[in-house]
Amino acid sequence: MKRLNLPSDTKIPFMRYRVPALIGSVIACILSLALFALVGMNYGIDFQGGTMVELRFEEPRPIADIRQEVGNLGLGDVQIVEFGEPTDVLIRVEEQPGGEEAQQLAVIQLRELYANDAEFRRVEVVGPRVSGELAQAGLIAVVTALLAIMIYIWLRFEWHFAIGAVLCTLHDVVLTIGLYSATQLDFNLTSIAAVLTIVGYSLNDTVVVYDRVRENLRRYKRLPMSELIDLSVNQMLSRTLMTSITTLLALAALFVFGGEVIRSFTFAMIWGIVVGTYSSIFIAAPLLITLNLRPGRAPGGGTGDGDDEAAAGDAEPSAA
Amino acid sequence: MLHFPRWQSVLIVLAVILGVAAVIPNLVPRSWVAALPSWLPKERIVLGLDLQGGAYLLYQVDQEDYIQSRLRTVTNDVRETLLQAPRIGYTGLGVVDNGVEVRIRDNTRIDEAAQRLSQLRNPLGQGVFSQGGVNEFAFTQGDNGLMRLSFTEEGLAQRIRSIVDQSIEVVRRRVDELGTTEPNIQRQGEDRILVEAPGGDPEQLKSLVGTTAQLTFHLVDTSVNPNSILERGRAPAGKMLLMTSEENEYEPGVPYVVDEAPLITGEDLTDAQPAFEQQTNEPVVTFQMTTSGARRFCDVTTREAAARTPFAIVLDDEVVSAPSIREPICGGAGQISGSFSVQSANDLAILLRAGALPAALTLVEERTVGPGLGADSIAAGETAAIVAAVLVAGSMVLVYGLFGVIANIALVVNIVLIMGLLSLLGATLTLPGIAGIVLTMGMAVDANVLIYERIREEGRAGRSPILAIDAGFSRAFATILDANVTTLIAAVILFQLGSGPVRGFAVTLAIGVLTTIFTAFLFTRLMVAMWVRRRRPTEVPV
Repeated sequence: MKRLNLPSDTKIPFMRYRVPALIGSVIACILSLALFALVGMNYGIDFQGGTMVELRFEEPRPIADIRQEVGNLGLGDVQIVEFGEPTDVLIRVEEQPGGEEAQQLAVIQLRELYANDAEFRRVEVVGPRVSGELAQAGLIAVVTALLAIMIYIWLRFEWHFAIGAVLCTLHDVVLTIGLYSATQLDFNLTSIAAVLTIVGYSLNDTVVVYDRVRENLRRYKRLPMSELIDLSVNQMLSRTLMTSITTLLALAALFVFGGEVIRSFTFAMIWGIVVGTYSSIFIAAPLLITLNLRPGRAPGGGTGDGDDEAAAGDAEPSAA
Repeated sequence: MLHFPRWQSVLIVLAVILGVAAVIPNLVPRSWVAALPSWLPKERIVLGLDLQGGAYLLYQVDQEDYIQSRLRTVTNDVRETLLQAPRIGYTGLGVVDNGVEVRIRDNTRIDEAAQRLSQLRNPLGQGVFSQGGVNEFAFTQGDNGLMRLSFTEEGLAQRIRSIVDQSIEVVRRRVDELGTTEPNIQRQGEDRILVEAPGGDPEQLKSLVGTTAQLTFHLVDTSVNPNSILERGRAPAGKMLLMTSEENEYEPGVPYVVDEAPLITGEDLTDAQPAFEQQTNEPVVTFQMTTSGARRFCDVTTREAAARTPFAIVLDDEVVSAPSIREPICGGAGQISGSFSVQSANDLAILLRAGALPAALTLVEERTVGPGLGADSIAAGETAAIVAAVLVAGSMVLVYGLFGVIANIALVVNIVLIMGLLSLLGATLTLPGIAGIVLTMGMAVDANVLIYERIREEGRAGRSPILAIDAGFSRAFATILDANVTTLIAAVILFQLGSGPVRGFAVTLAIGVLTTIFTAFLFTRLMVAMWVRRRRPTEVPV
């Protein structure tokens, strides 16, 4: 069988593009934040409260009819979208004024309306007491995860790496928020899981590149920083591509065959993998230069300070 | 790196075999699992509600409802205490804010009244951890004989805790009566109860769990006209106005004025069953009373039979029916008729058997998934997993050849171990969990890719094949560890702070990271080592 050869021994001058890449990323981040501030996200019922019902009708029904019928119930803002099959419909009703019982009343009204000609495949009701807590818990989860990871990298590497990794991860999170704002995909609890996975993946990628940078820092003590990073990224390029491609293949399978319920979740992750791969090369690595990781180590450097020694001990564990 | 002592190889293979053994119960029929020898693992992966259909209901104990009903009882207690011989005159007895107030009319007997009422502070039983007694109520005295019993903060907190415990018990009995298999009922936070029940009719479950089911029998006061009381809106002291349920807007409820103190409460019942009234063939609920309940009922019915006083059967403040007492009822058995359907008679019997909730429960979050959607989700998840596995495995072989095959065997072992660990832990597999496994498949090859790419590099740097392989493994080790530990941190935090779908995803992600580290460091390395020993390669094989 003929093997497919991954590019090896590449000499792509990534760092030559670092200024345009950084500028591009900053613009993209600002755009994302602007979208978030001006348009906002389409928060699902997890965070806003309300009722969501997935119905399967016996035969396809025009959305306009359903909109008319549900509209007559006077439930305020109602969103009705087709969901996968032509017979399937997702109805989202905003949080009803009047506390928990009022939400239940909305479901009862919907049931009375459609109990005879549709299967209620999914009913979700999040009351006002819980929705605020869920949003808070989600935010705490993201922030805590970032902090914990930063501390881990700080312990294992030098502080430049920790800051670089977290900035790069924030970049990915901001762009993901931008994606949710731009596409108005439902942002719910599952989206929080997607964001955290993107965080995990992006860090995974960043750490792998950083690991090689650290190793090369010890090996090539005279090499200018930008060349050293180019070398490291090129050395890891085939791995980065291979891993991104297999992960994207797996996610593509999930996107196409995994069902409507997790489609937006998978979509966000695919975006996250692409952004995460880009950012580990074009953001995380150059940030090390910006953060002045090796100051004053021009030609003739290589003082071999304590940090390097400690790191060397980590890189080749004798116990393994 | 490539040398494995025999005991290490044996342990690695044993771990894999254990993983396979742990997966087996999921693949064979349940009856076979029961027949397996006892030392084999028998746990199956629990399918989440999103995969098998079912209901996730989060209830909150209605503190306000409890406080109000508790204060009503205390009001009665205060009245009875003051009426004890010798009786003390009082006025203005009622609930004010979170306490009960009363004014003593006779100034000379204020001390005596204070002495009697302070008995009602009700020290709560000391738990294992609480030192010293906590009074449920604080007793305070104002001017002009004003006296007040109000909830103490600690007393209320302790009460709420025990109410949640009690409610969990009642809910569990009710759900068990419904015949739901493997329901999960647990406390969540201070005052919440989570009910997860797979399958079944979510509407029936909701109506059963959410009903307080406070059953009481009261004598009806026939001396007053209930309609005039309804107009005035206020019942005389010691009496209360109750309505039958409203059928619809044309048939409004019928008012009854009844004694506030009940004859019999749900606690006096020992059993309740749905049945049919023999003459009319209407569904009814029959019940048995405890000995003391039966004696009390016998006394009252004997006394009232001549007057043909009706008594009201009241469920959650609504009159179900109000039959007249025609003859003494002393057998300790009775029946409740009303306009029941077979279903509602059955539900009421379940509620009476399981007992009443100490306080009303408010449904604050509800997620139900129909069995149809669950089955669709499983099918979709399986298809996605298979397609993902084929794509990932294919690209590995395409790029790495023989070592790609080794990576694929490792991938299969990895998935088996994830499934095995999920089974052993009795973890719940949800749809986001399947997504986590599929994602792990994509990322699991990362460890192998890192190793193989490293071997290639070392080979290009001029090392001999065996040295290159050895260095490839040892150099990739630190990278893989760092990369996976960061993901593990994210997964653990997701699990700790997340709920529902986030948790399901975090579990498989965390397990996936652990099994990935195992397969990359031990299993893949062992396979490569065995291959190297047999083949003695002369060129770098990847």
